[in-house]
Amino acid sequence: MTERKGCALVTGSSRGIGAATALALAREGWPVRVNYRVDEDGARGVVAQIESEGGSATAIQGDVADAAELAVLLEPGEDGPVLVLVNNAGLRLDGLSPQLEDEQWQRVIDVNLTATFRATREALTQMLRARFGRIINVASIVGPRANAGQANYAASKAGVIGFTKTVAVEVARRGVTVNAVAPGFIETALTEEILGKDLEKSIPARRVGSPEEVAACIRFLASEDASYVTGTTLTVDGGLSA
Amino acid sequence: MPTQVTPESVEKTIYDGLVELGTERDLLSREATLESLDVDSLDLVELAQIVEDEFGVELRGDDVKDVKTVGEVIDLVVSKAG
Repeated sequence: MTERKGCALVTGSSRGIGAATALALAREGWPVRVNYRVDEDGARGVVAQIESEGGSATAIQGDVADAAELAVLLEPGEDGPVLVLVNNAGLRLDGLSPQLEDEQWQRVIDVNLTATFRATREALTQMLRARFGRIINVASIVGPRANAGQANYAASKAGVIGFTKTVAVEVARRGVTVNAVAPGFIETALTEEILGKDLEKSIPARRVGSPEEVAACIRFLASEDASYVTGTTLTVDGGLSA
Repeated sequence: MPTQVTPESVEKTIYDGLVELGTERDLLSREATLESLDVDSLDLVELAQIVEDEFGVELRGDDVKDVKTVGEVIDLVVSKAG
């Protein structure tokens, strides 16, 4: 259990990996800011579950692609500075490259990559002063690996991994770690269209992963136990990338 | 409310900030170079944040890239405020 005076912000945590992560961090003693863009009911459900387990959480609306709204999510509040930041909010707008519209490209880059940069920049000022911080960026196995129809998504997630490594090196000497997780096929709303098509046969574990399995890795990277782990990407894919 | 910018108030804030970042107070002077004080680029980022919190003066990377001494940092903040 953490004894730090601060909170955790998990972007896009009204469902899926974000929700599981919010719950996992709350169980570690972090007050959690449960961010959502439109799914208020989902976010309130996550908060209620955390509170029912004796934890502390706040649902907080904001579109991470909007710089002003994102800044509000990161402001120090009654729950202290943001000492754990999980950049989880993500978006897919698929299409083969010859037909990919500028808007599809830009929106995915804005949400998946630019928001990760802006949130990190904002959080780092608080973390550097505290001489402690944990930033965990949710990347994907798509980026390091190809997946037809996802050039925008792949570019954004590969960018997140490069960004993670670079920032990790910049701030390592201040007790701030920056890592990424790269989920494979996980049962979430983002992947429901593509699951169930004999996909399991291609995965060495012969099953898709659960949001809780990704959240467990994020919880580790956010912990004191992971103090010497920085700049890495932890793949969570049942062996798909092996 | 930001503190009023005077050469004296800026000097105090810069000195206190550098001490907070690990510099020995006895080594501080306007002539001391940042290199001799072992002040690195990340320290300057933090010092810029301290200055912004105290005086509302924003120092960007380009502003401080050519700064060599503590006195030059102080003068830069005073000139940016003016």
